[in-house]
Amino acid sequence: MIETTWVIILSFLLFAIGTFGLLSRRNLLFVLLSLEIMLNGIILLFVAASNLHGNNDGQIMYLLVLTLAASEVAVGLALVVQIYKQQQSLDVDTLTKLRG
Amino acid sequence: MIEIIFITTAIVCVISALLTVTAHNAVHALLYLVTMMIAIALIFFLFGSPFAAALQIIVYAGAVMVLFVFVTMMLHQGEQSIIDERTLFSLKTAKGPLLLAVILVIELLLIGITPLDNPSSQTALNTVNSESQQLSAGSKTASLTSVKSLAKQLYGPYKLLVIIAAMLLLASLIAAIHIARKSSKLTENSPVNGDSESKASEAAP
Repeated sequence: MIETTWVIILSFLLFAIGTFGLLSRRNLLFVLLSLEIMLNGIILLFVAASNLHGNNDGQIMYLLVLTLAASEVAVGLALVVQIYKQQQSLDVDTLTKLRG
Repeated sequence: MIEIIFITTAIVCVISALLTVTAHNAVHALLYLVTMMIAIALIFFLFGSPFAAALQIIVYAGAVMVLFVFVTMMLHQGEQSIIDERTLFSLKTAKGPLLLAVILVIELLLIGITPLDNPSSQTALNTVNSESQQLSAGSKTASLTSVKSLAKQLYGPYKLLVIIAAMLLLASLIAAIHIARKSSKLTENSPVNGDSESKASEAAP
């Protein structure tokens, strides 16, 4: 039997690593990868809670988060391709067209 | 035994996540991310939820990663992009985010550990534990048909969630096609570019 505290700690570690990537990377592709890491930490928490409580609600939420991640990646990668076509690099600091 | 496997998997998971975040080569980062997702799938197996583990491998390590790999193949320029990435990200410039993330880890660890020292929360967690032990003792046979009960719940009380997920996927499909197509009309670079964009819109959903 795995201690729930360990799983919570692992989930928090993954979330913090994802936050670090999100803050420090300037390449849009790596920002999306960091978001995936954060979502995986949350998913781990959901399935661990489902295991702890002995019911299936956590796994159903897992299905929803999985759908969310897939759609987020689809839209995000379409944006990545467009941005690369526009400025030949993925540096998010050069995206200044929306500035007034 | 299970604890040893869990700790090993957790260490693999954290190390590959760190390597993903700090890699300069996008392909290496993707492979490390696949490693992390398979490690998480192994943890799901250890929990006794094989359906979640199978979905993790099929959808995450399969579909989502294939999307990333396709986009990386379209955008990767070999050595040039790695050199660009070195100027964009180095550990020297990432000190601020590193500090913030370490503070976040310390806070989250304190939150994760301290409720066990607090007597009232400990009793709460213990009741949850005993309940789940009773449940697991009672539903030893039910856990074998976990996928069946999951499906019953999903198409019973959680019907609306399936519809929401379907609408979310449809909306993201339309959005991805729209984003990938719209500015090909605006920029009108070359027929080669337009061709690859239409391929991207097909690959994205």
